[in-house]
Amino acid sequence: MISADLNIILPEIVLAVFAMLALVGAVYTGKDKVAPLLVWASAALMLLMAIWIGTTGADTRIAFSGMFIDDAFSRFAKVVILVSAAAVLLMSEGYMARHKLLRFEYPVLVLLSVVGMMVMVSAGDLISLYMGLELHSLALYVVAALRRDSERSTEAGLKYFVLGALSSGLLLYGASLTYGYAGTTLFSGVIAAATEGHLSIGLLIGLVLMMSGLAFKVSAVPFHMWTPDVYEGSPTPVTAFFATAPKVAAMGLFARLLFDAFGGAVADWSQVVALLSLLSMFLGSVAAIGQRNIKRLMAYSSITHMGYALMGLASGTEFGVQAMLVYMAIYVTMNVGTFAFILSMSRDGQPVTDIGALGMYSKKEPARALAMLVLLFSLAGVPPLVGFFGKLYVLQAAYAAGLAWLAVAGVIASVIGAFYYLRIVFYMYFGDDRSDDLDAGGSPVLWGFLVLSAVLMVAGVVNLFGVEGAAAAAAATLVN
Amino acid sequence: MDNLLSIVTFLPALAALILALFLRGGDAAADRNAKWLAMIASSATFVISLFILFQFDPSNTDFQMVEEGSWIMGLNYKMGVDGISVLFVMLTTFIMPLTILSSWGVKTRVKEYMIAFLMLETLMLGVFMALDLVLFYMFFEAGLIPMFLIIGIWGGQNRIYASFKFFLYTFLGSVLMLVAMVAMYVDAGTTDIPTLLRHEFAFADFSVLGIHVVGGMQTMLWLAFFASFAVKMPMWPVHTWLPDAHVQAPTAGSVVLAAILLKMGGYGFLRFSLPMFPVGSEVMAPLVFWMSAIAIVYTSLVALVQEDMKKLIAYSSVAHMGYVTMGIFAANQQGVDGAIFQMLSHGFVSGALFLCVGVIYDRMHTREIDAYGGLVNRMPAYALIFMLFTMANVGLPGTSGFVGEFLTLMGIFQVNTWVAFVAASGVIFSAAYALWLYRRVVFGDLIKESLKTIQDMTSREKWIFAPLVVMTLWLGVYPAAALDIIGPSVEALVDNYDTAVAAADLGGATVAEANH
Repeated sequence: MISADLNIILPEIVLAVFAMLALVGAVYTGKDKVAPLLVWASAALMLLMAIWIGTTGADTRIAFSGMFIDDAFSRFAKVVILVSAAAVLLMSEGYMARHKLLRFEYPVLVLLSVVGMMVMVSAGDLISLYMGLELHSLALYVVAALRRDSERSTEAGLKYFVLGALSSGLLLYGASLTYGYAGTTLFSGVIAAATEGHLSIGLLIGLVLMMSGLAFKVSAVPFHMWTPDVYEGSPTPVTAFFATAPKVAAMGLFARLLFDAFGGAVADWSQVVALLSLLSMFLGSVAAIGQRNIKRLMAYSSITHMGYALMGLASGTEFGVQAMLVYMAIYVTMNVGTFAFILSMSRDGQPVTDIGALGMYSKKEPARALAMLVLLFSLAGVPPLVGFFGKLYVLQAAYAAGLAWLAVAGVIASVIGAFYYLRIVFYMYFGDDRSDDLDAGGSPVLWGFLVLSAVLMVAGVVNLFGVEGAAAAAAATLVN
Repeated sequence: MDNLLSIVTFLPALAALILALFLRGGDAAADRNAKWLAMIASSATFVISLFILFQFDPSNTDFQMVEEGSWIMGLNYKMGVDGISVLFVMLTTFIMPLTILSSWGVKTRVKEYMIAFLMLETLMLGVFMALDLVLFYMFFEAGLIPMFLIIGIWGGQNRIYASFKFFLYTFLGSVLMLVAMVAMYVDAGTTDIPTLLRHEFAFADFSVLGIHVVGGMQTMLWLAFFASFAVKMPMWPVHTWLPDAHVQAPTAGSVVLAAILLKMGGYGFLRFSLPMFPVGSEVMAPLVFWMSAIAIVYTSLVALVQEDMKKLIAYSSVAHMGYVTMGIFAANQQGVDGAIFQMLSHGFVSGALFLCVGVIYDRMHTREIDAYGGLVNRMPAYALIFMLFTMANVGLPGTSGFVGEFLTLMGIFQVNTWVAFVAASGVIFSAAYALWLYRRVVFGDLIKESLKTIQDMTSREKWIFAPLVVMTLWLGVYPAAALDIIGPSVEALVDNYDTAVAAADLGGATVAEANH
């Protein structure tokens, strides 16, 4: 039934074929001259796919005898991935063109990595898991080093590659152990072998190694070291991309592996995830305090946020998965807006990343400053903004699963974290006047994304735009 | 009007939105329009809120004018008032137009200033009306954002330190309450406050990390809520953010902080701690009593040595809040009545005192007590008004300050005479610092060169004080005006509390210190 199988992975095929055609087409035509067109076409195609995936299919479909799963969970993750990737692509066009970085490979690589991510969240087998992961990672290594003549950017690419390869190695080793002890690479086979209390030592080590590999990808402490350097060194649009779609994909894959393959041994991994979560929340909050570079700051911020998302997973319940999905959707929306703001920070056309340069920004650009204020308070999890509901969700999941200590630790970390978000507000609203340090204005696209994301953070209070229902359905298909 | 409460709550926010979206330009005309719109909106809110008072039936102890709609995460948007909250709503709508009138002289970023105050009004009103745990928390916490900006942007010299301290201190207190709220949701399956008031939380003793907790889950929840409300009140020893915030905030910010924001802590105790965790309250009450008594004496003594007028009044606020916490956890009719009355009275009196400081600060741009002296010679009207509120602060019979202090002391005397003894000494201390402040600022010869040309209050300033004078005297001579509204709800609250504590049969286990 190969045609039925292919039908299920049609969105991935369409995107992959388009990426390859674009690559060949651009080489034989205008090369970098067609890059803007490719950016817009890729973004449009991704949005189209998001709509298609989001509106069709209500059931669970399995392709290639279990290697690829198309269910509500994967559809939820894919829609978030596609929409955020498209948003970041659109935001990056102006910036990349201004800094002569807009090569035609850029949209193609982003597309390919998105295909990888889509495979990741749909993986039903260790092999497809690894295929998706590598496709997405390899594309990302290249875009990290996109600015070839910059030491920082090459350093970022190389660092990311070496550490990423290490994490892939860990993951592969874990996968091979799991295969050895379970006798199959299919998640549906592993889950039969991995039952509570009877987990063989080989499976346990395999599980922990795979979790370590995935912790690299979500940049959870203690596997976070690459994050600040890569965030800082990469061109800002690429940083924005790192902070959004890949995080959703890695988190989705994490959930899929834990529940689909090891769902019978929740007690065995829940404590490990809880520890990852605890360390990420605290290290991210504390380390960000010393940062003056807004990109590094956002790197630590994303580490903290991954800690909260992991709190949802640590609970090991259906509600926990729902909480994690809602959290990720909110996180991505906030980050798109924040990076739209960071992309518009420039002086004489050169990007600025020092937060001190924002001194009294609110005087010159009251609307932008207000939008950023909303996003920062939302990132800090202060009600009534939507970021608060993400936190409330994961806290509730953790408490209900008996992890009250983790919930208490989480809220204390959120107070520490509030400090550095407040400091940016402080610079913008009552710091020393340095309003000449930044150019006024900025592209309407960035302005649009910034304002849109801020408005969503406020208006979402009414009903979270129905994300809840979709997340609940997604969690229900994953956990049962 | 079915949604009267929502209209009152969100009217200021609507005005803020209009200001933000449609008011353009930074010239004097735009500033004037911003002020007038804020004034009209807050006055209209007050007028509409009068309908709440008219419709309110004091004999009914249930929540009234309830509105309900489903929201996200199984939560509800639910608003309502009862005898405990209705007067706080009125206090808020009453004070806000006065604060906006007192800010008429603001020069910098007038539009943003008015937006911040209007948003703050909406959030404060929401706190007193919310009947859903998470909705309450949202309003409670969101108020930090405009207050952070008000202190940070329009504050004094050391405003950055003060704004960060204010935000992080109160945020830390509140997040623990958030975890407790989650725990309550998981335990009771609802966040509906009326339902939770009837829900009985477990109070069987248990151990946490090897510490034996008397009162079990109720005590843990109580402590988490206490962390939040004690900081907000503020109670000794977590009061240190208040003097900093008060001193650095602009006059109107201080007024709102003293008159309304501090009352949220007391309201929280009455709405959550006492009725929902009666056993926890009973177990921990001795701790609260002694913290209150220490607060009254200690902060009164600290107030004596202050050189900054605002700081002095801030410390006196902490002392007065000590009477409130004491009265609440005495958990009898007089104590709780007195606590609510004291909060209302303090809202008028301390608000007025900060305005008094504001009047001379606007002229001399200093709050140093030493910079003044002999003001009575050139500012007789000011001297009179300042005297009235100083006396009210001291608790002179005939002013509202007396009733609250007397009732709370009477309440606590029935429970613990020693605490009452210590707290009563605070009455003397308060007379000492308040009268001494008054003597140094107003009496004596006018020898300071800079004061020779100082002008008495303008008619705008007189109009600000007029309503506060009326309320202070009216409640002083006829306290039943407020107590009749509060009474029945408090009676129900105290009855439920006594029943619950009697049912729990704590025996001799009321030793709070054993938990530490």
